[in-house]
Amino acid sequence: MTLMPLKLVPKLRGGTSLWIGGGLVALAVFVAVAAPLIARTDPVMDANLMNAEIPPGWEFPFGTDAQGRDIYSRIVYGARISLTVGIGSQILNSLIGVSLGLTAGYWGGWWDDFVTGLTNLMLAIPSLIFALAIMAILGPGLTSLLAALGLTAWSYSCRIARAQVLSLKSQGYIQAARILGYGDLRIMFTQVLPNILGPLIVIATLGMGTAILSEAALSFLGLGIRPPFPSWGSMLSEARDQINTVPWLSIFPGVAIFLTVLGLNLLGDGLRDILDPQSTTRRS
Amino acid sequence: MTGSLLKVDGLRIALASGQTTYNAAEDVSFEIGRGEAFGLVGESGCGKSITALAIMGLLKRPLSLGGGRIVLDGEEIQNASPAKMRALRGSRIGMIFQEPMTALNPLSPVGRQIAEMFVLHQRASWSEAMDRAEDALRQVHVPSPERRIKDFPHQLSGGMRQRVMIAIALACSPELLIADEPTTALDVTVQAEIIDLMAELCAAKGTAILMISHDLGLVANMCQRVAVMYAGRIVEAQPAEAIFAAPQHPYTQGLVNSLPRLGERSKRGQQRLREIAGVVPSIQAYPTGCRFNPRCPRASDVCLTTPPAITPLPADSLVRCHHHG
Repeated sequence: MTLMPLKLVPKLRGGTSLWIGGGLVALAVFVAVAAPLIARTDPVMDANLMNAEIPPGWEFPFGTDAQGRDIYSRIVYGARISLTVGIGSQILNSLIGVSLGLTAGYWGGWWDDFVTGLTNLMLAIPSLIFALAIMAILGPGLTSLLAALGLTAWSYSCRIARAQVLSLKSQGYIQAARILGYGDLRIMFTQVLPNILGPLIVIATLGMGTAILSEAALSFLGLGIRPPFPSWGSMLSEARDQINTVPWLSIFPGVAIFLTVLGLNLLGDGLRDILDPQSTTRRS
Repeated sequence: MTGSLLKVDGLRIALASGQTTYNAAEDVSFEIGRGEAFGLVGESGCGKSITALAIMGLLKRPLSLGGGRIVLDGEEIQNASPAKMRALRGSRIGMIFQEPMTALNPLSPVGRQIAEMFVLHQRASWSEAMDRAEDALRQVHVPSPERRIKDFPHQLSGGMRQRVMIAIALACSPELLIADEPTTALDVTVQAEIIDLMAELCAAKGTAILMISHDLGLVANMCQRVAVMYAGRIVEAQPAEAIFAAPQHPYTQGLVNSLPRLGERSKRGQQRLREIAGVVPSIQAYPTGCRFNPRCPRASDVCLTTPPAITPLPADSLVRCHHHG
């Protein structure tokens, strides 16, 4: 009966959310890769005060900002930053989380206790606060953003990996591999890892959305990408004073963030339905 | 016996449970000659499977090696380093087990899983290893092996999977093959094929077999000598024919008598299948003296107090009973 309220929300079917999410993400990736081709002007250099704060229209589809730069072009280039941060930080998070979780689950003992303790510690600290601290130490910039977001959110993949390994360890073929003389590392990487990859991909995809939001938050707070380089978060940050007078400055970066994160979340959900047979949202 | 390959001497396996330690197996001694097929028979929980794990050096908490020696080809291996045991497993000792359904990695084509043995233990290149994997599949009579090597485990039947397991276990031509209930999960018709295949391949490669089973008939068919385990101890060891013709221990006699035989019913009329009265004692409550005494028709006062020692019999046989014969 506790599931009742869920039924009130019409649920996107696994296939649909996968396709919509995949489409949105593919669009974002395309925009980022093809930025020089589809941008109309240079996002940084083409400032022209004659064109300042022109509302969206035929000439400037998303309008221009106070320096007269084309918002559309800045959003197109901003996709590069957002996706680099999203993908880069999740690769880092997954590498750390999976190697810790895999070895902790497989070896157990004091190493497992240590990793579990460390994971709990990481989960106890709000990751945005942690990232803020790292940014404050390293200073603004893309590298520090990757470090701040890539070193702070690995606890989820670590816990998932560890739990999956624990349930897999008793499987016949893991035992068989030991009996056939496989070494620990070989078992971990050829027998265990491929079999737990599904949920980890889902976690990483969902984490990308979170990372993009965190990038926006950090840039909004002035700790991320430094102006004049365009990042969706820093554009929002610059626009906040004029949200009533020049709304298009904040609407379009906001929509870009919204669509990309929505796409990643839908993609993650869709992938979970495909990859995780235990998922409760799986279509029958 | 043409030279000893594996000698297990006074093996004791400890089971830690809270503060107390039980002996899951004790005083287990047997010897397997080169190319010999040796059977280890007993009920579930009698210690036969953990004996195999002890030989492989794979006992895990709460089980541990409590004592005794394991000698492979003249070399003591019970205290060998993990790296040495790893090199031994799969290359000199192969193993097949009960569940062919779960013993193969579901995400890896079977050919690759066989080939990995050559890469792992013989440093073969992958292309060479894949060729040899195809040969190995042909040897276990898998039809059209050139196509089957690309199949995933779920595309194969239980019997086929067990053939693949045999191919993996025998890939590096080990000196000893441990088969732990290799046919329990299979159809009776497939069982016979698998057993024949194992016997044929091991004879061709000169591989000795340690066959672990609860099926006395199966073991007696395949093996030259058979040991019977009960509650952690070997109670009798005899050549295979003798174990049927002249079982010495009351437990073995009970087992042999409880086997249904074709035509017996018509000979003896409406006689019921005989069973051994009682149940196997739990490890926490092994009786003092002979562990079979609560179920034994011949139990006397001495059986209740003194554990029987091993009595050697002619023809490499032994029995552990105060009143054998």
